[in-house]
Amino acid sequence: MEKLPIAKAINAGLRKALEDDPKVLLMGEDIGPLGGVFRVTEGLQKDFGEDRVIDTPLAESGIVGTAIGLAVRGYRPVVEIQFDAFIFPAYDQIVTQLAKLHNRTAGTVKTPVVIRVPYGGGIGSPEHHSESPEALFAHVAGLRLISPSNSNDAYWMIQQAIQDDDPVMIFEPKRRYWQKGEVDFQNSPGDKHRAHIVRPGTDLTLAAYGPLVTTALSAAEAAQEEGKNIEVIDLRSLSPIDFETLAESVNRTGHLVIAHEAPTFVGLGAEIAARITERCFFSLEAPVLRVGGFHLPYPPSRLEEHYLPDLDRMLDAVDRSLAY
Amino acid sequence: MVQMITADGERVENAEYDKLVADLTDEDLRGFYRDMVLVRRVDNEGTALQRQGQLGLWAPVLGQEATQIGTGRATHPNDYIFPTYREHGVAFTRGVPPETLLGMFRGVSHGGWDPTENNFHTYTIVIGSQTLHAVGYAMGVQRDGNVGTGDPDRDTAVMAFFGDGASSQGDVNEALVFSASYNAPVLFICQNNQWAISEPSTRQTRIPLYRRGEGFGIPGVRVDGNDVLAMYAVTKASLDHVRSGAGPLLIEAFTYRMGAHTTADDPTKYRSSAEVDAWSRRDPIDRFRKYLVNNGTADEAFLTSVDDEADQLAARVRAACIGMPDPDPSTMFDHAYANPHPLVDEERAWLAEYNASFTDASVAGGE
Repeated sequence: MEKLPIAKAINAGLRKALEDDPKVLLMGEDIGPLGGVFRVTEGLQKDFGEDRVIDTPLAESGIVGTAIGLAVRGYRPVVEIQFDAFIFPAYDQIVTQLAKLHNRTAGTVKTPVVIRVPYGGGIGSPEHHSESPEALFAHVAGLRLISPSNSNDAYWMIQQAIQDDDPVMIFEPKRRYWQKGEVDFQNSPGDKHRAHIVRPGTDLTLAAYGPLVTTALSAAEAAQEEGKNIEVIDLRSLSPIDFETLAESVNRTGHLVIAHEAPTFVGLGAEIAARITERCFFSLEAPVLRVGGFHLPYPPSRLEEHYLPDLDRMLDAVDRSLAY
Repeated sequence: MVQMITADGERVENAEYDKLVADLTDEDLRGFYRDMVLVRRVDNEGTALQRQGQLGLWAPVLGQEATQIGTGRATHPNDYIFPTYREHGVAFTRGVPPETLLGMFRGVSHGGWDPTENNFHTYTIVIGSQTLHAVGYAMGVQRDGNVGTGDPDRDTAVMAFFGDGASSQGDVNEALVFSASYNAPVLFICQNNQWAISEPSTRQTRIPLYRRGEGFGIPGVRVDGNDVLAMYAVTKASLDHVRSGAGPLLIEAFTYRMGAHTTADDPTKYRSSAEVDAWSRRDPIDRFRKYLVNNGTADEAFLTSVDDEADQLAARVRAACIGMPDPDPSTMFDHAYANPHPLVDEERAWLAEYNASFTDASVAGGE
């Protein structure tokens, strides 16, 4: 066991993957000597060389497109997108090519490309540096999406993503990169697509992922002081979503609040609300409520505290749900 | 523009490239002719099958046979090729059965062949995407150490096909940047067939397309794309250059799409019959036939035997096409993911149950 910030845990996971499999490559802008703008790849080019930790031209479609070709040749490229909204020049390659090649070739070609996306707000940056575009990718069959919320998951899930023969997008909660947590280097937390109950409770299920898991745990602590016993679920996987764990929890608590930073309109919360309503209709004592961003372009950073779901907005939803 | 056989079938000497065709036997030359005739026959069958409702769409290669046979025949088996959706001739040279090409256009598959079997990738419909895949694949070839070893069984080139319209795409330009930056073993083949559906190549570029690579540090050469010998020679030389580790190259095959962009297109709306007539006088098959007959490489018996073979192939392709059954609905769930996926499994099971409910009802209610 060792305490590591999330960024360093991902770095350790990447290092392990590079050591274990010579076919693993890292690609991205500024990931070499600089170690990436968040230093997640710090020291890796020095130790593994320029052929395995590849600084690329500034062209996102080119990065993903060439990663696809490398995967066709038998490599396992891990691509870094510098910031969430910079992914859009690569959207076509991800959606029309990466997600579909295995299907197009009737399974004869595998494309084990991992796309690392530092995402979400709360770091005071200008436009395009704070978005949560996960729903746009969750809608696309052929992709897998995961989002670790803590250092242990970060260390293990990046390695599990690299070992997966499907393309995996890993949404990294950038405002939590410096949040420290214990990493168990010996024991894996298991399937990357399984949700975790990170705080057991009996009165209401509060589901979150990525950066908002920490917020949800704080909300549950605060609610405890008012005598409400909240169960917090870390979804961990955004596609597929572990509805088994969610439904089991909701059948016990009768209440579900789902929180994410992305706009609620056509967001993952909407999908979860629909499916949990189908599965748990007779257990639910209140409608499934969502806490999320507004149907707006992400605002200038001086306003982001009004945009981002925080502890109080989660507690407000908890109160509304329990009031039914 | 590199040309070795004129539109009238006359051989033109070429100091740079003659040595690259010096070892071609008469059998090889007759083979080029045979390939072009067979591919044209299959292509015409594709158009006919679409008109008869057997294919949803067909993308004719009519007029571009010399480019495709010349480039395809210049490759080594370990070279890997990334086509667009019109490389029926290249596919033929790589051993992909012609009838297989029809599956995508009939709607029974998105590809239909195993790309690793002939090192011929599946067709890519989004314009220019495959050029980046080619560069990435070539970067993998570099990392495998299969460039510039001098061992012909090991050194590998990657070929990326694209059209004049695709030269405007960001992905093609990014592919040129990446390939030059990493000195990747890629040969870009731009088939300039003059038209991107209804947009003329003058809408894509103010300079000849073979010069498109210059700004990226990639040399280019323009070749008469209706001259199979010139296409073969230049491609062979270029592939040797690429395999040696000397970096990417760009060939512009200056040719013409004689038919429609696809069977959904009506080229009479945007181009003149005079233009089409002018190009039909430069037909790749006519000129090569004249050349072979004039120098005694092909006689009437050979030409007839090729036509007979083409008829038989067309009949086989037609029968295979009409005989292609619709796939079982459950198979559409099979390869969405490489590993099991709970949502796909759930939906597969649902559809099976739903479809079964109709069968049960018709059985129960019917008799």
